[in-house]
This record gives sequence, C-alpha cells and structure tokens, in this order.
Amino acid sequence: MAAVQETVDRVRRIDVDQYRYGFETVIESDKAPKGLSEDTVRFISAKKNEPAWMLEWRLEAYRRWLTMAEPKWARVNYPKIDYQDLYYYSAPKRKELASLDEVDPEILKTYEKLGIPLREVEILEGVVRKDGEGAPERRIAVDAVFDSVSVATTFQKELKQAGVIFMPISEAIREHPDLVKKYLGTVVPTSDNFFATLNSAVFSDGSFVYVPPGVRCPMELSTYFRINERNTGQFERTLIIADKGAYVSYLEGCTAPQRDENQLHAAVVELVTLDDAEIKYSTVQNWYPGNSEGKGGIYNFVTKRGDCRGNNSKISWTQVETGSAITWKYPSCILRGDNSRGEFYSIAISNGHQQVDSGTKMIHLGKNTTSRIISKGIAAGVSQNTYRGLVTAHRKATGARNFTACDSLLIGDKCGAHTVPYIEAKNSSALFEHEATTSKISEDVLFYCVQRGLSQEEAVGLVVNGFVKDVLQQLPMEFAVEAQKLISISLEGSVG
Amino acid sequence: MNLALAKTETGRALSDAFALARDRLPGAGSVADARQQAFEAYEGAGLPHRRIEDWKYTDLRVLMREVLPLAAAPDAAALTRAGAALKLHAIEGVRRLVLVDGVFAPKLSETANLEKGLGIRTLREVLQAGDAALQAQLFAPDSSNPLVALNSAMMTDGIVIDVADGAVLTQPLHIVHIASGAQSAAMFTRSLLNLGRAASATLVESYIAADGAKAYQAHDSLILSIGDNARLDQVRLIEDGREAFNISSSVVTLGAAAYLNTFAITSGSYVSRYQAVIAFAGEGSRVETNGVNLLNGRQHADSTLVLDHAVPNCTSREIFRSVVDDRGHSVFQGRIIVRPDAQKTDAKMMTRALLLSDEAEADNKPELEIFADDVTCGHGATTGALDESLLFYLRARGLSEKEAQALLIQAFVGEAIESIANDALREIVISAAERWLEARG
Repeated sequence: MAAVQETVDRVRRIDVDQYRYGFETVIESDKAPKGLSEDTVRFISAKKNEPAWMLEWRLEAYRRWLTMAEPKWARVNYPKIDYQDLYYYSAPKRKELASLDEVDPEILKTYEKLGIPLREVEILEGVVRKDGEGAPERRIAVDAVFDSVSVATTFQKELKQAGVIFMPISEAIREHPDLVKKYLGTVVPTSDNFFATLNSAVFSDGSFVYVPPGVRCPMELSTYFRINERNTGQFERTLIIADKGAYVSYLEGCTAPQRDENQLHAAVVELVTLDDAEIKYSTVQNWYPGNSEGKGGIYNFVTKRGDCRGNNSKISWTQVETGSAITWKYPSCILRGDNSRGEFYSIAISNGHQQVDSGTKMIHLGKNTTSRIISKGIAAGVSQNTYRGLVTAHRKATGARNFTACDSLLIGDKCGAHTVPYIEAKNSSALFEHEATTSKISEDVLFYCVQRGLSQEEAVGLVVNGFVKDVLQQLPMEFAVEAQKLISISLEGSVG
Repeated sequence: MNLALAKTETGRALSDAFALARDRLPGAGSVADARQQAFEAYEGAGLPHRRIEDWKYTDLRVLMREVLPLAAAPDAAALTRAGAALKLHAIEGVRRLVLVDGVFAPKLSETANLEKGLGIRTLREVLQAGDAALQAQLFAPDSSNPLVALNSAMMTDGIVIDVADGAVLTQPLHIVHIASGAQSAAMFTRSLLNLGRAASATLVESYIAADGAKAYQAHDSLILSIGDNARLDQVRLIEDGREAFNISSSVVTLGAAAYLNTFAITSGSYVSRYQAVIAFAGEGSRVETNGVNLLNGRQHADSTLVLDHAVPNCTSREIFRSVVDDRGHSVFQGRIIVRPDAQKTDAKMMTRALLLSDEAEADNKPELEIFADDVTCGHGATTGALDESLLFYLRARGLSEKEAQALLIQAFVGEAIESIANDALREIVISAAERWLEARG
C-alpha cells in the first residue's frame, strides 16, 4: 500500500501532460551534414576511426537500403519520414577525455537530472534500503550514450578484472575487431529489414559486451540512451555475447527532450548465447511520447533479436514500454541450440496519441526448446496498442514448448487494444498454448477500492500494478521501482 | 512492390478467360457493368499470395497457380454421373437444390410444393430478370478480397432463397454442389438467402464430386441476410475430390436479436479456403461459428473467419478444431473486431490443432481488434500431438493403436461438433467425421 501511496503522491506533483525528462541540454555539438548519402556513411565511419572492413560493411548495407521499401504491415500510422531531412550523426564537442571529470559538466548534470549516476559511488535512485538492513550494495556499470556517441562508461577496471569487455561498440570495432567481425550482423543481418539495414549503414554508437566462458558478470551492465539534439536520428547498435557458461544481466533506459517534431530512433540489438550461457536483457523505454495533442515524440523502430546458439542457453527479454509516439519492436529469440529457452515479459502502456505495435518472435529450431511469453498491454486515452507475436516450431524442433499469455486492459472508450498472434507448428511433438483476454477495469473492483477510501486514481493505480505484477517481478529491483512509478505517470490523466 | 508480381502469367491467362466467358455469363446492362468492375478489381490484385497478410498461409500463386477455364453446362452424361454421386451423399428429409458444374439442375432438385413463405429462384433468373435491389445485393460483397471479386465477375448460377417474415421452415434446405468430372474446369456459383423477420430456417451446403472427377475448381459464395429475431442453423460439408480446389466465401449480416449457428467441416479437396465475414447490424444477437478440419495426404485447408461486432450487446463464440495427418496443412485465421461503439460485446474464440504426423503443419492466427472498452473478449489456441498417457490407457484396455487414436480424435472434434444446436445437423456432421476416420483405417 505504501508504495502505491508514494507513487500517487509523486504523480500528484506532476501536471498532466508533463514529461519528466523533457528538458534540453544546451551544449555544442558536432554534426554530420544533414541528409543521407554514401558520404554520410563515410563521414560517420571516419569520425569513428573505423577500419576499412567496417566501412565496406556499412556501405554494403547502405546500398541495399536504397533498394528497400519501408514496411507497412504494422498497425501504426505516421506521416512519411523524409530521410534526407535528418542528421545522422551528432556528438557533443569534446577533447580526448582522461577521466570523468573532463566530461562536459552540462552532460553530467543531464544524467544527474535523469537519475543516472555516472560517478561510481552513486547508485540508481529509488532503491529503498532501511537502516540496519545489511543487504549487499548493488552496483551497476553504466554506459551513457548521448545522441550518437558514448560519453562515459563506468566501472571499467573492475569489469576488466573479471575479463568482461564492456565498452562503446565504436571502441570495440577498433580494439576487438575479431570478436566484432565474428558476431556483428550474424543475428540481425544487414539485409534483415528496412530499419535494421538503415541502422547498419549509419549506426554511430552503442554498447558492446563480451562475457568470457564461465564468467558470471560481477555486476549489472546498463546503457542509458539520451537523444538531445534537434532533428537527429539515433541509431545505436548493441552487441552482447555470452560465451560458454557465462551470465550477464543488461539494462537499458532511454529518454529524450520534449519537441514538437518527431524524431527517429532505429536501433539494432543483437544477443548471442553459446552453450549454457544466459543473457537477461531489460528495457525501460521512456522516450518522449509527444504531447496531449499527439504532437512530437519519438518514432521507436527497433530490431532486437537474440540467438540461443549454444545448447542449454537462455535469453530473457523484459520490457516496460511507456514512451515513444510510435513503438515498433519485437524482441525475438532464435532457439537454435538444443534445450535452449527464450522468455519475453512485456508491459506496454499507451496513453494520449501513442501507437504501440510490439510483441515477440519465438523461433524454435533446436530440440526440446522452451519459450514463455507474458505480455500485458494497457491502452488509455486515444492510443492504439497492438500485441503481435510469432511462435513457430521447425520440423526438426521436436519437443518444442511454448506458453503465451497476452492480456490487454482498456481504460476509456476511445482507445484500442489488439492482439495478433501467429502460431505455426510444423512438428507434431510441439506443444503450444496461447491465451489472450481483453477487458476493462471492473467497476466492482474500483467501487470496492473507492469505498475503502482510495481516490479513483489510486484505485486504478492499484489495479494496474496488480495487472502488470507478473512482468514487474522479472525486472531487476532498481528498474522495478522505477518502472512502477513510470506506469503510474504514464497513465496520469487517463481516468475521470 | 507487389504490383509487379501481380502481373504474372496467371493474371493474363485469366483476363483472356474472362473475355471468352463474358458472353456466356447471365445478365446484361448494370449486371454486366458490375461484373466488369469486379473483374477489374480482381485483375488489379491478381491471385493472392503469401505477401498479402490475409493469405500468408495460403499462397494461391503456389498452390493453385491458375484459374481454370469456365466449366461448360453439364450434358446428359454429366447429369447422370452427378445423380449417382448425389445418391451416395443423400441426406434424408431435406429439400435438395442441386448445382452441377456450376449450373442449376432442375431434374435433380426439388422445387415443387414449397412451404408457405419460401421462395426459390436461380441466380441466373435473378441476374437476367430480377429486380434491381436484389441484383445490387448480389453484387454487394466487398471486391477488395480478390477471390470474392473474381466470383462476382464470373458467377454463373446459384440458388436465391427468400424466406418471408415469420415463416418457420420445418424442412432443411440442402444446396449440393457437384462436380461431374467431365473436365478440368472452374465453376463459379453464388447463392443468397434472405431470412425475414422472426423467420427460421435450416441450411445445409455440400460440395461433392462424381466418380473420377479430376482437378476442378469450385468458386462459391453465399450471402446471408438474417432479419430481426430470425434464426438460421447452417452446416457446410466440404467433401470435394482429392485433387479439387474449393474457394468459398460467406458474407453474413444479422439484424437485432437474431441467432446464427453455423458449422463447417472440411475433409475433402486438395486445397480449400473458406472465408467468412459475419457482421452484427442489430443489438442483442448471438453467433456460434464452429468448425472442424480433418486432413491427411497433402491436403491444405484454410478457414478465415471475421466477426465484426459493429453494434453493442452482441455475443459470439467460435470453436475450431483441426486434425492433421501425413503432410496436411491446416490454417485457422480468426479475427474478432469490436468497433468503437460496440460496448458490452462478449466474444470468445478457441482454436485447437492436433498433429498426427511429424510432417503435418497447423498454423493459427487468432486476432483480436478491439476499439471499445466495456467488453469481454478472449481467445485461446493450442497445438499438440495426441496425449501419450491417454493412448497408453486405451491400449492397456485392449484397443489397437488406430482404435485408440480414433476414439481420442472423436473426442477432440466432438467438442466442436457438440456446439451444433440442431440435432439432425449434428448427426450429419458426426457421420461425416466418422467417414473420415473409417477411411483412415
């Protein structure tokens, strides 16, 4: 109860239609000329001091992109994007940095405001720890990406000791070319889809993680993405490899300033697990969703895919999607190794004029592979919220198992909640179960709560938090606290 | 991108076929114009393929490749063969209305002594001399679906049934589509049933082939208009020849407080596609739409059902079962749409597939598209093999492997078949399912 009260108090302090992270940081930045051409690709590659093979890889993707058409099948509507009217590279002006102290104080302030500690002594806000409770301190290594570049990565030393490589992908391309060459584009090929191909051509930064065999990453890794500059697209690329028997938990957060125009974010995330390895990937997506009239906001067109390449490996996606004007993303698992497991836990909340078309793909290829999908969609305002998911068992995937539950909650009579599952079984020993429900919050339940002294809004908060509990439990603790607050804020103004 | 693909050989061959057939198609003036428009709509899209979302699992460019030429009217020999086939599939106590190779066969049909309030005409008559309103109704189905458009362009005959307000028909109507086997050809039929206010009727549709019928194509469509407080019980039996194609569409509208119980069983044909759009136009109505696919060999059966809740306070239930053996491929696509004002909608859909072989495939796509908040909607889907422990239990009690399987399959499809409200119709479906199980050996 206390937590709910706190959440509600917090919501109170915020006016309707106010996005917490909507401020802008005024700093000088270094931009590529507007528009997209081979020269832009070369410019980005040169800025990053990339080796020739990387430039070739980008150019090949760019040439292919020219032949592709934007996908139209998702249930989202937006005006045509002019790809020549965007900046594809923007970086805060800086010298070579020796330590964090040299980072532009404005940027540090930005991350402070966002609650992301770039100084190693700090921990994420929101962790409630009572005095005398001797819980071990949880530490998180953060890679902060500001527009197109990574500005700081914390806890480098300690990670190095464990043998974990965690660095901006631009550095990894220079320092660990063999690893990057071996894995980059093997999960999401450059030809995969329109936005992934665009990303392959112009991606500017992102995180690279390699956890060597048998290592359990000593702390949670995190990347915080911030779009700051006007008219820029953000194209980050994340590549995480868990070698045999390794484990890593990775968190991702994102925000952007409030602007009237829409901004494009087209990221690619690739995960690879080898034998007995596990990756847990959590996202709290809170890009600017646009104002109450549906003006502005981020177009979030993201390709995320994990490849359980080894036997007995596991990939788990957890996402809390509250932001973005449009979300188009399907974190997927290719269950290639025998006995591998894929999980997808999602809370997708849409309010105002937001449009969400999100879900997952579980592709069962190996023997005795299992997957689980829990999706909770909440639609309020005049938003449209679609779950789109694929579960498929290949001919040779004997003993494949899937359980899917997708529930939608409608708040208000102007919104829409849709479910589009694809269930394909090409193997008789595959066992698939799927269930979906759509309903509104029961009047009886609300009445019961209100009668016991809760306001209408508190009551809705309580019910919603109960509705999404299954997924929240999957999040690392710091994120769970943050996500819970976010959910309440996202639904602010949707009742009454 | 798809436009270039649409202009394949198939598309062109068909344009020629339409030009050739045009003179033989009934109706002039506005009917001919409507045909031309529908044909253009079809030609713009061509045969649907897997890149079109609704046809993702049934790629007709691969499976069907081409639309066969229009079948010739049946001669005496064809009618004799059809008569023999009819005897094998006869149903007791029904009023039989027979279409052979897409043409109404009066000698095989019973059109005399009609019950009070029942009117029967052929599509040919109505298109040639019917009133304009009825003709417009016949051309109402949405041409955005390419095969509905093709059917509108090419329809040659069918049954047009009118049941007056308040008429309660005791004798079921049985529309039988027979392919005589004389030629590898396509038949295009369209039937219509206008059920008046508080009227009640029972309709059976069968698709069968005479002995030796080859790779023919049956393109059928049915328009059902169910009046306020009316009730329709309907069963479809697809028992076409094993090389045949069956492409059927239904367009159904229900008035207020109406009731529809419809069931489709597919055990025949090589490739079949049944696409139904059921729309609620009046409040307080209820629809139960259920079906069973029983497939083996290389059969492919696709059931695509859309339930359109456009008005408040309606209820729909869907139960679908598919049993797939050998290299069969069963597809179920169900979509429940709840429009913005359709509050208090109660819609449920359940689809289950049973795979009997390692090469069998079942694809399910149960969709919910919901724009109103005060609703309860849900769907469920499962896929799996026969339960080993149940099989073991039955084997331990002395049943053979096949017998044990048959018993479990019967129970599996029985859940859907039980939903048929009309006793006589339920018996008809049970015997069709038994025929399939027996043929399985």
